[in-house]
Amino acid sequence: MSTNGAAGAADGGAVFSPGAGGLADGAPSIDPFVDIRGVSKWFGDLQVLDKISLDVPEHDVVCLIGASGSGKSTLLRCLNLLEHVEEGEIVVDGQRLTHERVDVNALRRKIGIVFQAYNLFPHMTVLQNVMLSPRKALGLSRNEAEERARPLLRRIGLEAKAGEYPDRLSGGQQQRVAIVRALAMQPKLMLLDEITSALDPQLVADVLDLVRELAESGMTMIVATHEMGFAREVADKVCFLDAGCILEEGPPQQIFGEPREQRTRQFLSRVLEGGRMA
Amino acid sequence: MHALHQVLHAFFNPHSYTLAMPDVWAGFQVNLRMMVIAEVLVLVLALGIAIVRGLPGPAAKPLRALAIGYADFFRGTPIIIVAFLVGFGLPGLQLGYISNRSFTTYGIIALTLVYTAYVTEVYRAGIESVHPSQRAAARSLGLSYMQAMRHVVVPQAVRRVIPPLLNDFIGLQKDTAIVSVIGVSEAALNAGQFSNRNGDFPSYVVAAVFFILITIPLARFTDHLVQQRERLERAQAF
Repeated sequence: MSTNGAAGAADGGAVFSPGAGGLADGAPSIDPFVDIRGVSKWFGDLQVLDKISLDVPEHDVVCLIGASGSGKSTLLRCLNLLEHVEEGEIVVDGQRLTHERVDVNALRRKIGIVFQAYNLFPHMTVLQNVMLSPRKALGLSRNEAEERARPLLRRIGLEAKAGEYPDRLSGGQQQRVAIVRALAMQPKLMLLDEITSALDPQLVADVLDLVRELAESGMTMIVATHEMGFAREVADKVCFLDAGCILEEGPPQQIFGEPREQRTRQFLSRVLEGGRMA
Repeated sequence: MHALHQVLHAFFNPHSYTLAMPDVWAGFQVNLRMMVIAEVLVLVLALGIAIVRGLPGPAAKPLRALAIGYADFFRGTPIIIVAFLVGFGLPGLQLGYISNRSFTTYGIIALTLVYTAYVTEVYRAGIESVHPSQRAAARSLGLSYMQAMRHVVVPQAVRRVIPPLLNDFIGLQKDTAIVSVIGVSEAALNAGQFSNRNGDFPSYVVAAVFFILITIPLARFTDHLVQQRERLERAQAF
């Protein structure tokens, strides 16, 4: 994992680039960057994931769409080991997440996740929020962590808010801070869990712009979203989840233009009525 | 008229106040010392036990059971009995250092044992009141369980439980009088001895006033914190 956050900050583009190093450097690897094989999960008797399999090549953006309760969030939480995977296998960057002796903390440092409810730490300032894990999990000094955090905040136009507490920020600002808080760990994979669902409509655009920028910088991302226009625009692949299964997957033009499955068509037409299709 | 005169004489004889004051004040300084030392110990120990009680996983099960047993025992036992057990029991063991402490020290130990059990529950409620998503966010950033507790969960929990914690401390401050039963020469004991000698009760009134003078400000301060938090939460709701 590179530690040249400050050097990279000189030009804007490098601020967001995914962490360097690892298997995927140099010659293109044959294995996909994220390899999900037959993952199943139950909450009690309720099966929430049903033999999910999915490949994500490095630098690709995969969007997960589907109704609430279809398993999008659970799948993302499994990828970050916030949920225990009961069956199947997940490999990220050549490392098997589902191995029982895996170093959970080390792995999570490479995989960032952003939640619907932002989950900023309310007792810390914006800057402290972004600096916490680089300092405590990566062992950076206060100065090193600040050199990493400030350019990120500058990039999202919130450096002036560095000393404010989260409750002084709008929802959109909080969510952008949550995104750069994850980026401060220089992850190689970002998981976004319906990050605009709790926002007022006029605040959504800023957050989506940031994600778009992230996608253009080559970050590998798996994004659960209800923003169909956004998914169509940034996704390399769209997966439609229904009752814990990936019912249909394909390039966005195909999924949104000519969905094969009846249930995908039903879902998309309901979303269209709801006005979520830009 | 006669009865009123008797009451005035027995409780409010000005001359007795002047006489009682030095004895009771000397005793009250012992109360103050016990309060401060016990409160610091309680704050630290209770947090440790609350964290142990919340440890996840089967490996921590014996530790959790120990913490639960401790809280159950000392919350269920009257403080006067704990005072007897410590104040008479430990010297009775004839174990050198721990059997040769002063009564004041045994009093502090008894108060600490009992109030740590109460405050453990207060901390635990605070830790559980922090939304699980905060812990998930901390863990997802690569922090370990203990790092997430230390930097994210506990600071928020402690802020929330300061009012109930101060309420327990009001109780602790008053209960420093109970440990007079093992012979700690504190305000209540000195007041009793003075009352026996003098045949009236102003010494008790003096002792009561001393306690009130420190508990009322603490009670008002606690109210103030509660109101401040309510205002803050109302402001955040908008």
